[in-house]
Amino acid sequence: MTGFLIRRVGQAIIVLLLVTMITFILLRSIPGNVAIAILGPAAYRNPAVLAQFNHAYGFDRPWFSQYLLWLGHLLQGNLGFSWTLDQSVASLLGQRLPKTIALVGISTIIALIVAVPVGLWQAVRRNKPVDYACTALSFLFYAAPPFFIGTVLILLFSVQIPLFGPEGPQGGLGSDFTDWHDLTLPVVTLALVTIALFSRYMRSAVLDTITEDYVRTARAKGASRRRVLWRHVMRNSLIPIATLLGLSIPGIMSGALITESVFNYPGMGYLFFQSAQKQDYPTMLGFVIVVAIATVVGSLLADVAYAVLDPRVRYTR
Amino acid sequence: MTAAAEPATLPSAKPRSLFARGLEVFAENKLAMAGAVILVVIAAFCFIGPLVYRTDQVHVNLASEDLPPGPGGPLGTDASGYDILGRLMMAGQTSLEVGLAAAVLATVVGTLWGAVSGYFGGITDSVMMRLVDAMLSIPTLFLALVVVSMFAPTKGELILVIALTSWLTTSRLIRGEALSLRVRDYVQAMRVMGGGSVRAVFRHIAPNAIGTIIVNATFQVADAIMLVVALSYLGLGIRPPQTDWGGMLNQGLSSVYDGYWWQIFPAGIAIILVIISINFIGDALRDAFEVRLQRH
Repeated sequence: MTGFLIRRVGQAIIVLLLVTMITFILLRSIPGNVAIAILGPAAYRNPAVLAQFNHAYGFDRPWFSQYLLWLGHLLQGNLGFSWTLDQSVASLLGQRLPKTIALVGISTIIALIVAVPVGLWQAVRRNKPVDYACTALSFLFYAAPPFFIGTVLILLFSVQIPLFGPEGPQGGLGSDFTDWHDLTLPVVTLALVTIALFSRYMRSAVLDTITEDYVRTARAKGASRRRVLWRHVMRNSLIPIATLLGLSIPGIMSGALITESVFNYPGMGYLFFQSAQKQDYPTMLGFVIVVAIATVVGSLLADVAYAVLDPRVRYTR
Repeated sequence: MTAAAEPATLPSAKPRSLFARGLEVFAENKLAMAGAVILVVIAAFCFIGPLVYRTDQVHVNLASEDLPPGPGGPLGTDASGYDILGRLMMAGQTSLEVGLAAAVLATVVGTLWGAVSGYFGGITDSVMMRLVDAMLSIPTLFLALVVVSMFAPTKGELILVIALTSWLTTSRLIRGEALSLRVRDYVQAMRVMGGGSVRAVFRHIAPNAIGTIIVNATFQVADAIMLVVALSYLGLGIRPPQTDWGGMLNQGLSSVYDGYWWQIFPAGIAIILVIISINFIGDALRDAFEVRLQRH
């Protein structure tokens, strides 16, 4: 187990290093001159100022030295400086990331609470009308782009029947927990797509578990149907779901970006979208690194959780 | 009485080809057949429709903006006065073209990358796959947004961007296939006879992974359409005056507060129908190719 952990963490670090290289290449392939972009077009006529700027920010060094300089800053938590908001990317993250974590966290918890029992129920009543209805719904929501779901929800529950606000809570993190009137629609939008995915997986996981020998044994020794389902089938079916949860982080983050943009929800995804419109590359690439770290850590945790939850899969390679 | 006992259990004189058996399994899947029919109908609607139903999708006409469905236009008009039924066709052409082209390109790149990586193994494999891992850890939408924000992409450039950000999962799958295929006897035999690596990858590894490639390519089309639609919805994909279904929804969102439902549903329903149909077809293809694999 320790050997597996060390190898897996080492692999994750290598992947993260590669991510910083890709990000650096993207940062350097941006069209235009950084010095002129920041100092203004007048700097063209003043080569001394340009040279001073390039020296101060290390742009006159060879590229690998620039990369190491940038990587050093990154390790100290210096993600760069936003060109349009006059603020460091790290402080922007400090404001926006908690909002996104709240949105993603609440909607994923709701998605799990709904999807796990629905998937279990579908598997137990497989090939019955209930199963078909749920399958049809999950196909529908899986195929619907989140921005369409969000727009329809605004139309139905905010314009036609004014139950909820059409925009996410605009305040800080606290407003997410007090302003459910505005939070409901973004959370539901993001949760619907996740529910569709998770319930499909839960259904097939339960179908796999139900045929296992230990389930037959439990039935044979007279355990009640309820006990077999909850103690034996459900607990073992949750193992693939734990893995799936870790691996769905990129998908959920993309969903969050779109959901936040639909509802003007002031989280990281919405800021990323605004930065893309204004070509604020330092902000975008700082966020890319944070999302990549989340993804790598997520898949690492998924692997570890798998090894911990299922003793048959102790990686020995 | 004798008729019942007669031919049912007898194998047919000539063993049918694997392709025919696969096709049979596919045709038995009603959902997939329905999906195929829907896709053909939508493609005909988008590409042949404009020849029959002619509308002006070039000149803004403010006199006829935001009209509800009625005698003038069956699906009403949008904020610029464009007829929505006609716009749906034009936008669909772009979505389908970009999605299909990007998926084909992504499949080719991913297959080659994965086949080479898996065939050579060792250090080549490690380097190539860690690179895939690194790119996979940046969500496709984020990566594509960074790239398209650098320049206003034309349709061709957009295809390229989407393909270059979505070949990764394909390469992983094909690498897995290549790892198991490269130790097969026929590949070993070819190597002993003096065949080169290029021949191994192109003539043996890639063709034998064809099932995985085709099934994966099908789902790639769905993903590519979703991605281009999302980029256009965010205003950074297909740029005006061209549009696609995502661009139509972008316009629709600004008019949702006025309750102009007819500007939202057509494009959204079109996207859902296409994605669901492709998923059904992909599932059925997977089953069909599994029949093929049973023979191995």
